[in-house]
Amino acid sequence: MTNLLRFRALDERDINKETFVEPWPEAGLTVADSPYDPQPSLRIEAGRVVELDGRLEADFDTLDTFIARHGIDLTVAPEAMALDSLQFAHMLADINIPRKTLLRLATGCTPAKLVDIMRHMNVLEMMNGLSKMRVRRVPANQAHVTNRRENPALLAADAAEAALRGFSEIETTVGVARAAPFNALAILVGAQTGRGGVMTQCAVEEALGLRLAMKGLTTYAETLSVYGTEQAFVDGDDSPWSKGFLASAYASRGVKVRFTSGTGSEALMGSAEQRSMLYLEARCLCVTRGAGSQGVQNGSISCIALPESLPGGVRAVLAENLMASMLGLEVASGNDALASHSAIRKSAKLMLQFIPGTDFIFSGYSAVPRRDNMFGGGNFDSDDLDDYAVLQRDMQIDGGTRSISEAEAAEIRRAGAQAIQAVYAELGFPTISDGEVEAAVVAHSSDDMPARDIVPDLAAADAFLAGDRSVMDVVAALARRGFAQTAENLLTMGRQRIAGDYLQPAAIFDRDFVVKSAINDPNDYNGPGTGYRVSGARWDEIANIRQAKSPRDFIADRLGLPIDGLDPYGPAKRGGHTEVVVAIGPAFGRIITQTIGGIPHEDVLKAVLTGIAEEGLIGRIVRIWHSSDCAEIGHVGAQLSGSGIAIGIQSRGTSIIHRVDLARLNNLELFSQSPSMTVDTYRAMGRNAARYAAKKITTPVPVTVDNWARLRLIVKTALLHRKETEEIRQLPPEALRFDWEPEV
Amino acid sequence: MPTYPLYSDPHADLHTASGRVLGDVTVAATVAGEITLDDLQINKAALQAQAEIARQAGYDQLAQNLARAAELTVVPRAEIIDMYQQLRPGRSSHAELIALATRLENVYAAPICGAFVREAAQVYLERNMLRRPPAF
Repeated sequence: MTNLLRFRALDERDINKETFVEPWPEAGLTVADSPYDPQPSLRIEAGRVVELDGRLEADFDTLDTFIARHGIDLTVAPEAMALDSLQFAHMLADINIPRKTLLRLATGCTPAKLVDIMRHMNVLEMMNGLSKMRVRRVPANQAHVTNRRENPALLAADAAEAALRGFSEIETTVGVARAAPFNALAILVGAQTGRGGVMTQCAVEEALGLRLAMKGLTTYAETLSVYGTEQAFVDGDDSPWSKGFLASAYASRGVKVRFTSGTGSEALMGSAEQRSMLYLEARCLCVTRGAGSQGVQNGSISCIALPESLPGGVRAVLAENLMASMLGLEVASGNDALASHSAIRKSAKLMLQFIPGTDFIFSGYSAVPRRDNMFGGGNFDSDDLDDYAVLQRDMQIDGGTRSISEAEAAEIRRAGAQAIQAVYAELGFPTISDGEVEAAVVAHSSDDMPARDIVPDLAAADAFLAGDRSVMDVVAALARRGFAQTAENLLTMGRQRIAGDYLQPAAIFDRDFVVKSAINDPNDYNGPGTGYRVSGARWDEIANIRQAKSPRDFIADRLGLPIDGLDPYGPAKRGGHTEVVVAIGPAFGRIITQTIGGIPHEDVLKAVLTGIAEEGLIGRIVRIWHSSDCAEIGHVGAQLSGSGIAIGIQSRGTSIIHRVDLARLNNLELFSQSPSMTVDTYRAMGRNAARYAAKKITTPVPVTVDNWARLRLIVKTALLHRKETEEIRQLPPEALRFDWEPEV
Repeated sequence: MPTYPLYSDPHADLHTASGRVLGDVTVAATVAGEITLDDLQINKAALQAQAEIARQAGYDQLAQNLARAAELTVVPRAEIIDMYQQLRPGRSSHAELIALATRLENVYAAPICGAFVREAAQVYLERNMLRRPPAF
C-alpha cells in the first residue's frame, strides 16, 4: 500500500485514539433503531395496562409492571398514543407550541413511543425542543470537586472556589469509601463559604448516601441509578420499588433527589436484551418519573464513550436529554465523564446541551484537574475554565459560571480551607495545619499538597459517621471559631429542609439564597423575545472575563514624538529616473512612531533608504495625506516617482512595492505580514525597489508567514489603522526632507 | 394554602417535626446546644403542602413521592435505612415484606407506603426477586 504522509499525520491526531465500531444490535451495541426494539403500543382494559410496547401483561418484567402502574398517565395515554409520532416531533420542535401542551401529552407515552418521536428529529430540532422543554427558566451548572488524596483542606478550597465561580451544585465522591463523611463535610463547608445556597452531595453506595444526608452532610443525592433492563437493575442492587422508596426516604428528610441513567450502561453490564440504548433509556426515564424523582442525570454519563463509538451516538445522547425534559424531569445533562481525546469532538458534543441550555449543563464540570477527578470524569476540567468562560462570552450564553480573578480565588480558597481547619480543630478531628491551608490556597492539584496521614482521618470519619454528632455540631464549631457567615449559610441550608421547597422540580438556590424551581421559575421559552435571555448584570458578568481589558491604551506604546530631522518642504513633485519614492502614511513618524512589531519608524526609513542606496539609487520620502490605505499610498507614490517605482509604508509597517503602470490593487511585492518584519526586511525591500527601478532581474524578498499573527494582533492592527485614518487630511502629497544619509 | 416558596411565606407557619418554630432555629441557639439534628426534620404538614404544590403544577408522580415521604417523616432515621435495605432485591422473603408493609400501615400510619411495599412484594414473588438461599 502507498504510504501517504497526510494519512500518517491524521493517524497521529487525538481523534484516532478513540474506538469506532459498527453497530451490533445483538450485543446491545446500537444507539437507536435496534431491529429488536418493540413498536409502540398500549392497551388499557378497565383502567389497567394489559399490553405495553408489544408485551402482554403476563410477560411483563418488573420495569414493565412499574411503568404500567406508575409511569404512564392512563387518562392522557389514549390521546398521546394515537398522536402521529411525526406530528409529535413537529410539536416538540415548534417554538409556538407551549411546553405545557407537550408535558401533558408526554405523560401518556410508552417508552417505545418516546423513541419513535425521537426517530423523526435531527439534532437541531432536538436542541430547539430542549431549550423549550428544559424545566427551569434559567440554566445552571454542577461542579465535581474531588482529589486523589482525599485532602480536606484542598476539597474545601476547591469547593469554595467552585461556588464562587457560580456552580449551583457541587458533587464529590471518594477513592476510599470510608472517607465519605469527611469529603461530604469538606465540600459542604467549602461550598457554603464560597456562596450560601450551593447544594452539595457525595456519590457513594445508596444506603451510605442516605446516612450522610440524614446527618445533614449533604443536601441532595444524585446517584440513584436506574437501568433499562431487569437484570441490569438487579445487578445494580435495586428494583424500581426500592429506588422509589429510597427517593421518598430522602424526601422525608427534606433532601433533594435526582436519579441517574444513561445510554450504554446495560450493554456495558452485559444485559441489553438486544434493545437499542435509546429504547432502554426511555424505559429508565419512565421508571424515574414513575418513582417520583423530580429529575434525572442522563446523557450517558460514565458510559459516554460507548454510544460515541457508534454512529449517531452523540445524537442519541441529546435525544436522552430531550426525552427526560419532555417527561418534566430536571435534566443534569452529562458532559462529565471523559468523552473524547479530541478537543474538537468534546467541544462540539458539548454544544448540543450548551446552546439550548439544560437545568444542569454538566452533571459534573470538573472544577479540579482531571487527574484528581475521582468520577473518571473531567471531560472539561479546571484547565478549561477560561475556555468555558470565553464560550459563554462568545455566544452570549449563560453556561452557569463566571470568570473570577486570581485575587478573588485566593481569598475564597483561603476562607474555605480555614473554615474546614476550624471545624476539624473544634471537633477534635486530625489537625489540618496552617501549612496545609496555605498549600490548598495555591494548589493546582493534590500533587501540590503536603503529605497527610489518611489513617487517622479514616478512623475519625468512621467515628463521626457512627456517632451522634451531625451538621449541627459543625455549625456550632464554625460559629465558635468566628466563621459566622459560613455557619449561618450551613444552618440556612438546614432550615430550608424544614420548608422542603427545594424538593420541587429543578430547584436551585440563587445568589440571594432564594429557591428557583419549576414552581416559581418555570421555563417559558416560546421563541425570540421569550424565556430566559442573557442580559443586564449577568451579561456584563459573562462579558467581563478576567482577561478582558480596555482597548484604549492598546497602541500607546507605538505612539511618540515626531522623528527629529524629518521635515516637510512643500508639495511633492515628480522626480528623476534614478529615484525610488518612499511614500509613507499620514501618521508615519509623527503620531505613530513604531511599527506594530515595535521597529522605530526612524529605523524603517533608514533601512529602506540604505537598501535603495546600495543599488545606487536615491530614495525620496513623500507623505501621503489623503489615504491610510497601503495600496493607495504605494500607488500614488509610484505616480510621483521618476522611475515609476515606489515603496508605500503604512504606520503599522505594512508595505508594498508599486509601479506606475499597475492597477492600484496590483503590486510588485506586498509585505502584509508587518509583525514579522525586521529592519533587514525593510532594507531588502529598498534594494528590490531600486532593482525594479533599474530594470534588473529581481528575486522577491522572502517573507516570514505567520498566520497566527493576524489572530494575535488583530485588535492592535485595527486600532493602529484607525489612528492612521484619523490623521487623513485632504491635502496633496507632501515632500519630506530627512536629515540623514545612508552609509554605502 | 401557603404560597411557594413556603420558606418565605409567613403564613406557611413552618414547624420542625420536633415542634419548634422555624424562626427559633438560629446559630445562637445551635451554639447554645438547644438545637439538635431532629430540629432540622421537615414535618408531615410541610411535605403534604409540597405534594399539593407539585400536584397542582402537574407533577403527579413527584406529588405521590412527596406524599410517601410525608408518611415517612415519623419513621426514625435508622429504621428508614433498614426498610430501604429490606426492599432491595433478594433481601427479604415475601412474608417479611408483607410484615414491613403492615408495620408501615399500623405503626407509622403510612398507608401509601404500605401499599407501595405490598405491590413490590407481589412483583418480587412473580419475578423471583425474593431472598434465596446462597447460590454457593
